Amino acid sequence: MNLVEDALKAIAEQPPVKYSAKDFQSDQDVRWCPGCGDYSILAQVQRVMPELGIPRHKMVFVSGIGCSSRFPYYMNTYGFHSIHGRAPAIATGVKIARPDLMVWVATGDGDGLSIGGNHLIHACRRNIDLNILLFNNQIYGLTKGQYSPTSEFGKVTKSTPYGSVDHPFNPLLVSLGAEASFVARTLDRDPKHMQFVIKRAAEHRGTSFVEIYQNCNVFNDGAFFTYTEKESKDDHVVFIEHGKPMVFGKNKDKGLKLDGFTPKVVSLTDGTASVNDLIVHNEKDTMLSFILARMSSLPELPRPVGVVYAVDRPRYEVEVSNQILSAIQKKGEGNLEKLLNHGETWTIQ
Amino acid sequence: MTKELKNLDDVTIRFAGDSGDGMQLTGMQFTSTTALLGNDLSTLPDYPAEIRAPAGTLFGVSGFQIHFGSTEINTPGDICDVLVAMNPAALKVNLRSLSDGGIIIANRDGFNDKNLKLAGYASNPLDDESLSKYHLHSVDITKLTQNALSDMGLSNKLVDRCKNFFALGMMYWMYTRPLEPTIKWFQEKFAKNPELIDANTRVLKAGYAFGETTEIFAARYEVKPASLKPGRYRSITGNEAAAWGLIAGSVKSGLDLFLGTYPITPASDILHELSKHKNFRVKTFQAEDEIAGITSSIGASYGGAIGVTTTSGPGMALKSEAMGLAVILEVPLVIVNVQRGGPSTGLPTKTEQADLSQAIFGRNGESPIPVVAATTPADCFFGAFEAMRIAIKYMTPVIFLSDGYLANGAEPWLIPPVSSLPDIAPKFATDPNEFFPYSRDEKTLARPWAIPGIPGLEHRIGGLEKEHITGNVSYDPENHEFMVRMRQAKVDRIADDIPPAEVDGDPNGDVLVVGWGGTYGAIRSAVEAKRREGKSVSHLQIKYLNPLQKNLGAILANYRHVLVPELNLGQLSRILRSEYLIPTIQLNKIQGLPFKSSEIEEKIDEILSREYAHELS
Ligand code: SF4
Repeated sequence: MNLVEDALKAIAEQPPVKYSAKDFQSDQDVRWCPGCGDYSILAQVQRVMPELGIPRHKMVFVSGIGCSSRFPYYMNTYGFHSIHGRAPAIATGVKIARPDLMVWVATGDGDGLSIGGNHLIHACRRNIDLNILLFNNQIYGLTKGQYSPTSEFGKVTKSTPYGSVDHPFNPLLVSLGAEASFVARTLDRDPKHMQFVIKRAAEHRGTSFVEIYQNCNVFNDGAFFTYTEKESKDDHVVFIEHGKPMVFGKNKDKGLKLDGFTPKVVSLTDGTASVNDLIVHNEKDTMLSFILARMSSLPELPRPVGVVYAVDRPRYEVEVSNQILSAIQKKGEGNLEKLLNHGETWTIQ
Repeated sequence: MTKELKNLDDVTIRFAGDSGDGMQLTGMQFTSTTALLGNDLSTLPDYPAEIRAPAGTLFGVSGFQIHFGSTEINTPGDICDVLVAMNPAALKVNLRSLSDGGIIIANRDGFNDKNLKLAGYASNPLDDESLSKYHLHSVDITKLTQNALSDMGLSNKLVDRCKNFFALGMMYWMYTRPLEPTIKWFQEKFAKNPELIDANTRVLKAGYAFGETTEIFAARYEVKPASLKPGRYRSITGNEAAAWGLIAGSVKSGLDLFLGTYPITPASDILHELSKHKNFRVKTFQAEDEIAGITSSIGASYGGAIGVTTTSGPGMALKSEAMGLAVILEVPLVIVNVQRGGPSTGLPTKTEQADLSQAIFGRNGESPIPVVAATTPADCFFGAFEAMRIAIKYMTPVIFLSDGYLANGAEPWLIPPVSSLPDIAPKFATDPNEFFPYSRDEKTLARPWAIPGIPGLEHRIGGLEKEHITGNVSYDPENHEFMVRMRQAKVDRIADDIPPAEVDGDPNGDVLVVGWGGTYGAIRSAVEAKRREGKSVSHLQIKYLNPLQKNLGAILANYRHVLVPELNLGQLSRILRSEYLIPTIQLNKIQGLPFKSSEIEEKIDEILSREYAHELS
């Protein structure tokens, strides 16, 4: 007897529902500051959901604490707003217990990389099938403006009036270092691209880690404007696509070429290089993924945006379920009477 | 020669040696053989925190004590009748627990210059008369083991590893126990290595034959079977019992068991045991830390499994924020705390009862959690099961308190028929028409358990205060007070659903000894002894620490003195005083060791003699 299976079986087979984005809006008032980048993330997620072909009641959004973590309240799915940093661990328990559910984690740079860093890396390492959306705004918003683990060195904030002396984390490198099997970056101000990346993350089996550059217009306005605004974006972002050469620039006139292990910007118009010289993106290339993630450390290079890495490897919850199935096959369903009486026993008359 | 066969009611033996000497195995073998003979028994392993402490050192001594008899046995024994010492350090550390006139069996070969020096002996105690008040048998255990195996061509290291079974063989002879159960165990354990079956069997037999043929042992002893309740028994440790109790709860409720945990002494054996039983659909998750252990379990419970997390004091401290989350979420969850000496890392391998206050009060905010404790190793089965029953029925986290002494101690257990266990009947919410996540069952005040996957029940829960009925986030002052009182009322109601407290002894009198959890055996022995002397002393052992049983206050009022022995500075005592406004007399021991019943007897005597002096004046 298994109560969950019984309960799910009792639900009459329903025809697949044709959802619209609206079906994923809950009845709660959205309470982010007007102009916050979180609104765009919510809208894109709600737009992508109907395309996944998964019933709403099979989805769970888990979050921790922070502005980003209000997310589940606004999704008309199952939602779990937990405690600071623990969302990946809670989501892990949900997914192991219920592999039939699609589990999302909404987190931020403080929640996911500071107080909850340990859970985030271990979720990646296990490759449990979670979709982790990390809203990176490089600041603590909910606690009103302290520097975060992704804030740049020297950042002046309420808690660092003389400038931060902390070196920041690079979320892509953290997730790659933690053996994530899907790593991507997208931008709050690029709805189309974000929808594409979120869909890819949803379709990936295993832990998907998505860093979203998100503007906190109250405490860290413009942190990513170089990469998100029309005027500067084209020259500072390279949109990477599997199998395509790395071209960028307003007029698609620049490219990235490998010089040893370091990418170099080359001109495609001055005759020194052609498209054939450029790095061709390969999502399955481990070495390349690290090179791409490292590019954020070199200011003269554009920021790679897109799916950095995507490979298949064994998933934790699947392996756990398989071990259980094979144990049952080998030993038969557990029998409590037998368990209590197995091994050495003796009888007193 | 024929040797005298003497009859004894009960015997306490302590095996002691280096942590690499296999003393725990030796003790456990003696235990199962003794259990098979129908003796009642209780055991206490005592091992160092270091995994392989340097050989020969005092802090590397590992001991195993067994108390067995033809009478009711409640404790591992205050004082030993026999000490088996494999080296000088083992002798030095354990001599103080040997009775005057007790028997020492020393491995003479272990008493070499190096080991004597390491143990701080200036001269060899086996030769210098310093042990004259004991019956000393110094035996060349190592050499005799080598002789027994000389033609097998085994490495010295392997030969050395067999010597504990020579000692075991001698003890089997001395206490007229059969060798077969241990030989059978060799055959199972070393099935892949017949050479080891042969070697260990030879050594065991050689030890037995040595007892029989040599002159040094004049007597051997017989301990008749105890008159235990008829039925089928097994020997069980507290941690095994806890693991099986959790499985039983899962079977009886139809919920898959999910254990999210992080290894910690002395709780890890529950993880080890549960991870073996995957055919019960038990999912064990060794998390990245204590916090992930509990939060993953909360996630699993949210998904419709029964989440369990196992830990010890320092780990429970790390879990406290998440325990508060489980309180406000109102999801079922079992937190097992196998207590050890604290604070901080404290005494990882030693026992203590100092996490009671932590269990009851140790969270931010008004955060009531039911607390259940076990009284004996086998009682851990029922304690864990009961914790799960309450958790599921009342949609609440429940703390189950065990301790290092119960966890590693073993006793014979009358195996209960599965049909005697109560059914646990959880229900998931399925009807979208009347669904509100924070509506309540009128009787239990539990909220509905709405697992993801049910169409129409999509809802959001979390750690922010919830509005009554709707479960929406609410900062309303009245609602907050209402919800705080509601969560408290729900836990208080459990008092209607647990058996009343029972007194062993008289319904009133001079002294009531009130203990909780693992002090049961020592208190029971002490109270029995006093009652045999005709003293007006009774015993009450508390298993339900939150909420307390409803008749407890009335019981306490019936005695002139309430004595509360605890392995802490008086945590239960404080609760009883504040709850019932009665004076209590404390007896506190904080040594990482269980009570000896003699310590409790002395305290009872002291109270009664004061009483007597008072009456005379
Ligand atoms: S504080 Fe910043 S991140 Fe938070 S809601 Fe306001 S704008 Fe958004």
